[in-house]
Order: sequence, then structure tokens, then C-alpha cells
Amino acid sequence: MVKTIMDEIIEAGDYVLPGTTACPGCGSTLALRYVLKALGKNTVLVIPACCSSVYQAIYPNSAINVIIYNVAFASAGAVASGIKQALDIKGYQDVNVVVWGGDGGLVDIGFATVSGAAERNEDIFIICYDNEAYMNTGIQRSGSTPPGAKTTTTPLGKIVGFKKPMPFLMLLHGIPYVATANVAYPTDLYEKVKRGKEINGFKYIHILSPCPPGWRYDDSKTVEVGKLAVETGYWILWEGYYKEGKIRISLSPPSRPYRTPAKRKPIEEFLKYQGRFKGFTETSIKRVKEWIDYQWNLIEPFLQ
Amino acid sequence: MEVPEDHLLLPISKPKKGAGGETGAWRVYRPVIDPAKCIKCMMCYMYCPEAAIEVSNRNEIPRIDYRYCKGCLICYEVCPVPGKAIKIERETGEKS
Amino acid sequence: MKRYDVITGNYSAAWGARLSKVEVIAAYPITPQTTIVEKLSEWVDKGEMKAKFIAVESEHSAMSAAMGASAAGARAFTATSSHGLLYMYEMIAWAAGARTPVVMAVVNRALGPPWNIWSEHTDVLMTRDTGWIQFWASNNQEVLDSIIQAYRVAEDKHVLLPAMVTLEGFVLSHTAMPVTIHEQDKVDSFLPPYNPPHYVVNPMISEPFTYGNILFPWDYAKVRMSIERAMINSIDVIKKAAKEFEEIFGYSHGALIKEENVENADVAIIAMGAVAEEVEAVSEQLRKDGLKIKAVKVRVFRPFPKREIAEIANSVSKIIVIDRDISFGWDGILASHVKAVLHEYKVDTPVFTKIMGIGGDDILPEHIVKAVKDVY
Repeated sequence: MVKTIMDEIIEAGDYVLPGTTACPGCGSTLALRYVLKALGKNTVLVIPACCSSVYQAIYPNSAINVIIYNVAFASAGAVASGIKQALDIKGYQDVNVVVWGGDGGLVDIGFATVSGAAERNEDIFIICYDNEAYMNTGIQRSGSTPPGAKTTTTPLGKIVGFKKPMPFLMLLHGIPYVATANVAYPTDLYEKVKRGKEINGFKYIHILSPCPPGWRYDDSKTVEVGKLAVETGYWILWEGYYKEGKIRISLSPPSRPYRTPAKRKPIEEFLKYQGRFKGFTETSIKRVKEWIDYQWNLIEPFLQ
Repeated sequence: MEVPEDHLLLPISKPKKGAGGETGAWRVYRPVIDPAKCIKCMMCYMYCPEAAIEVSNRNEIPRIDYRYCKGCLICYEVCPVPGKAIKIERETGEKS
Repeated sequence: MKRYDVITGNYSAAWGARLSKVEVIAAYPITPQTTIVEKLSEWVDKGEMKAKFIAVESEHSAMSAAMGASAAGARAFTATSSHGLLYMYEMIAWAAGARTPVVMAVVNRALGPPWNIWSEHTDVLMTRDTGWIQFWASNNQEVLDSIIQAYRVAEDKHVLLPAMVTLEGFVLSHTAMPVTIHEQDKVDSFLPPYNPPHYVVNPMISEPFTYGNILFPWDYAKVRMSIERAMINSIDVIKKAAKEFEEIFGYSHGALIKEENVENADVAIIAMGAVAEEVEAVSEQLRKDGLKIKAVKVRVFRPFPKREIAEIANSVSKIIVIDRDISFGWDGILASHVKAVLHEYKVDTPVFTKIMGIGGDDILPEHIVKAVKDVY
């Protein structure tokens, strides 16, 4: 029998052990399963304050079967840099040093450390699961919250602010690998982590991670909502790199049809599932559409 | 508060299944795989956020570990079989 | 090879790190610490030091990276001052809880606003509660030696806490003094390589573990209080290290304190850092004028030398404490410590706080003489 990627994924086993303290239907633990399947046991996860700090469960037990170093909110990029440099000088070159954090710790408060590590091209992997708000502390808005979304600090929907185009910002630092991913496309995520793992230098992956309590939809719809994000063009799956003065981006297969706006499903299909967009006004739909157009416009010049 | 004798009590935890307890107790609805209808597509295994569905290879029917399954029912949603190969049962509150 | 050179406090600190064979340096520049970082950077780039230099983007990241490197088993070093110290405050506290024996050189500098680059002790004293061991150096030789001793103490298996070595901005950092740069093999015999006995963030050595996930209060309390036990253990380790240092190198800066060997002293003057040497220089003159005083230097501020201070207090009739710092709404910080110790040990000696040298204002011999004569 021909070995498929499915066989590989099953054989890789699971480093996320059931019995986490994550919410039922959590996008993050789903994504982490694939990140760790791709990385394997020679991995250190550096985790800043975020949902994953909490879903590891409670001392003396942990729900994740790799070395985890829990660190302060803003510090992950810098701690990971220190760990990697130390392992290097001690002669352990093959260890995957990976930051696994939410949008709060990587896009907002920890942005300087992520940006600094990228600029120095530290040989680490920073993987952000973006649930588009500070979910761990109870759904407050972040720099990654889309316009129009309701959070506890934007009760009428996010009016002030846009959404930071984080993966694109990272690519602009001139690094060898950036990718976006989505929990609804786990084999795509798996392959991207595997590809990134082989590269020496700073790698960044940004994963859309739908959140049932935060986005206010039924637990069972996480994958459905994730798929609609791609099918409406709201979330673009791509890989990019910087080389010799140029940025290159290629669309991942699931997103290719949606390069043509006419092929995208209407954004309302994505928004209607989620209580955080309930009662959205014309203005906020307009701003979400603007955000979608903006993302596509950003990457268009670099598409191969 | 006394100062402990041990100067090196460290906040180190060890990996364990059920680190958060038997999270199966969180369930309201229980997914049950129907072996007669299951086509072994592995979608439920792939999409379980809890890694509570086990399978050793693609020739097996996946097994749900009810000690930890939280009943999110993503597995039911992603099952591609027409009419679904997974049934949803209401938990009765009795230990099974 | 032993060298005898005339170098600044900052270069002495850099030499201390170099002789300690640090493996990872993560630092961010800030006046008056910059030349430590520049010197180390130069040595690393030239290959004179086998170390990694991470040019981090902030002090918060400097401590984060140093702590990460230490957790992964490397000997890590950083340096900062005043606002940089305060910016990394969260991570200073984290490093102590992570039990990573990082050593940091801190160059004392006053806090703003308004901007001021000169020496004041308040910055380092603000970190006194974090669980770090603190060495206060009074001259450039002591800066170099204390960094080496700091690694010895911090990495001791009965301690495993981070340690800082402070030196006064400009007074020591930019002032050149004669310093002996020891032979590497002598330093090696005093300071063995770092081999973490407690945990290493390295999957090629350790089985999977999670450091620092949630602990409920009953577990947290014990884990946290074990830091206090380590701090208590460090008292003996510091004394032992000072003694071994003396045996190998032939001289000593004292262990927890250094007191002048003076008989029948009436008044003790307690100070820290470069101020303490100033006091020592003045006290000899004052004794010639008939004032029976003795200079006491607090060399280690954490763990605080309670017993030693109580003993000295018992032997004199007055104590003057010179504080180059202020805790607003409270007292001079060193003085308040001395007063608390005397209360704990039931010693009656009056203690007088003299706050001087705030913001780098010169502390001249005549100021100290006046302070003494005011209370004598």
C-alpha cells in the first residue's frame, strides 16, 4: 500500500495528550496537534501567557508531551532566542526551538521581541495561533481583532482600529519562511511546519484559530467556520520568503480559487455563524470587506 | 508560613493523559461511531481537538476515548458519510 | 596570563565575564553601562571569547534571552542600568522564579525624569525583593572579582539563584584604576563549568517536562518559599566562596561585609558601593582627629548580613548609615534595613540616616566628616 500523508500523520502519534483544560472545540489544541506531529519530540515549546499556558492543565501534570518553558507575556521571542543560542554553543544543533503563542503575546505586547528576533534572523520558529482577541483573559480586543467584531472591550463591535497584517509584516522583515495556516486545513499546516523545520533562520507561521466561546458559535462548528474563512477570502493561505532583495509569495492550494473575487462566498456566510458579528452594521461589513481586499492587495504584487 | 527545608522545590510538571482530569465529565452529548457505516476516512481522528480519538492505521475504525472526549461534536460535523457514521447520544448523567 | 592594567570599572566587569567564560551574552546598551557591552561584543567578534552575543532589542529581552540561555544550560551574562533595569523588572523577578543562575552587572544610575546619567543606588535597591543575590562592588578589582564569585555562588547546587554585581555609574564604571586580570587557569580552579543540576531545557538531554504551568496556592507557596531557603543557604556559600577566593588569589574583599580592623570604635559608619571606600578613606583621617570610628562596608545586600550588622551594632554606641538612595515616604533603604536588624536582634544602638549623593551629587570627604561630627 502506498504511504500517504495520512499514514504519516497517524504514525507521527500525538504529543497533545487528551485531558487538556482547553474548551471543547478549541482551534488551538487542534493546531498544536499538527505542529507537534510535524516537529517531533526534539522540540522545545516556549509559551508566553495565552490560552495554551492554561490548557496545559495544572501541576504536577501537563497535557503536552514535549519540553515546555512557560514564560512571561511579552518575552517569548527573546527567551526562545536565548535558548537556541545556548543550545547552539553547547553543540546541540538539531533542536526545534518554537514559540507557540496567541495573538496577544506575539502581535501586541510581545511584538517587539518577535520583530527583534526576526530582524536578527534567529534560528527559531514562531507560530501564532490567532483567535483574534485576548481569549485567555476573557475575550478582550487585540490588534488582531477584525473590524466590527464584538469583544468585551469593544462591546459595540471594533470601531477603532484595523487588523494588523501580522504574517505580511513578518515577511517584510526579510526572513526565509512565512506561512499562514488554518485549523480547518490540518494537512496544509502539517506540511508547512515540516517545510519550515528544514530551514535555517527565522520562521513564522500564523494560524487562524476559531474560538467557540470567543467568536460565539457552537463548539462543533470550529472546522466549518475555519473553512468559511478561506472560502470567503477572509483568510488567505499562503507561503512566502525573502531572498536576494525580493519577496516571493505563493498561494496554497485551498486558497487558489479565491484569488478571483467572484469565486469567493459572500462574507455574510462567514459572519452569520458568529455571535461576535451579530447585529453587524453596514459600516462594519464594509470594513471587513475592506480588510479582505487589503490582504489580497498586499500579497498580489508578490504572487508567483 | 515556614521556610521549607528543600531549597529546590521546582514548578515542574510531567506529561500525562488526563492532566486536566477525566474531561469526559464535561460532555452533554456523546458521539458514537457506527462501525457499520464508518468508511475509515480518518476525518474524525484528524479533527478532534483533544486527540481523544485513537487509531493505529487507516485500516481500523477509530476509537473514541470517552474518559476525555468533551463532546464538542466536531467529529460528527466533519464526518463525510451521507447520513453520518457518527450518532449523537445525550448523556444521561449515569456513569457508563 | 596574569596582567596588571589600569582599566575602568566597565572593562573590569567585561573582564569578569570573560574570565568566567560566559557562553551567552544578551545585552542592550544604556549609559553608563555601554562600554561593558561594547567590549564584550568586540571580544566575541574577534574570537577572543567563545560566546554568543545576542544584540537584543530591549532590556526586557536582554533578561529574557539571558534567562532562556541559562535554562538551556549555558552560562549567561547581561548588564544594564537604571531605566533598563526597571524595564526588565518583570523578567528579573521571572529569572529568580525560574532558578536560572544568570549574573548581571548593573551600573548604578539615577532615575528620571529628569534625565540624569550619574550614580545613585536607588535603581538596584528597587530590585531587592526579587530573589536575586546582590553584590555591591567598591572598586574596580572588586567588580571583576565579584562577577567571578557571583557565578560561583549563583551556580552552587545549594543556591541556584541569579546574582547581580553593582558598580557605581561613572565613579567606578568610567574611572580607571589598577586591576589585576587573573590567569585563566586560576579562575578555572575557582569556578568550574556550569552544569545545571536542576533542569535543562534541552530535549536531547531531558525527558519531556513542563516548567511553570499553573500551581494552586498550596503548591505555589512551598515552591516559592524554597527560594527563601536558597537565599538562606547562600550565606554560607558566599562566605565559603570568599574564603576559597582568598586561598587561590591571595586577598579578599570580605564576604558579606568588610569592616575596618579598629579597636574601641565608638561610631560605625555603614555604607555600600564606592561610597564605602570613600568612608574608609575618611575614617582614617577622622581617627587621627580623635574620633573613634570604624568604616563598615555592606558588600552583599541580599542576603542581608543581619548577624554581622547586629554584632557591629553591639560593639559601638552610634551608627551612621550613608544612603545614596531614598525610598520615598519611608527612609534611606540601607538605613531602614539596619534599623530593622537591630530591632530583630534587640540591639539598642541609635542609627542615623544620612542621605547623600542623590543623582550623582558628589560625596566629598567633608560631607562625611560633617555627618559624623553632627552625631558624634
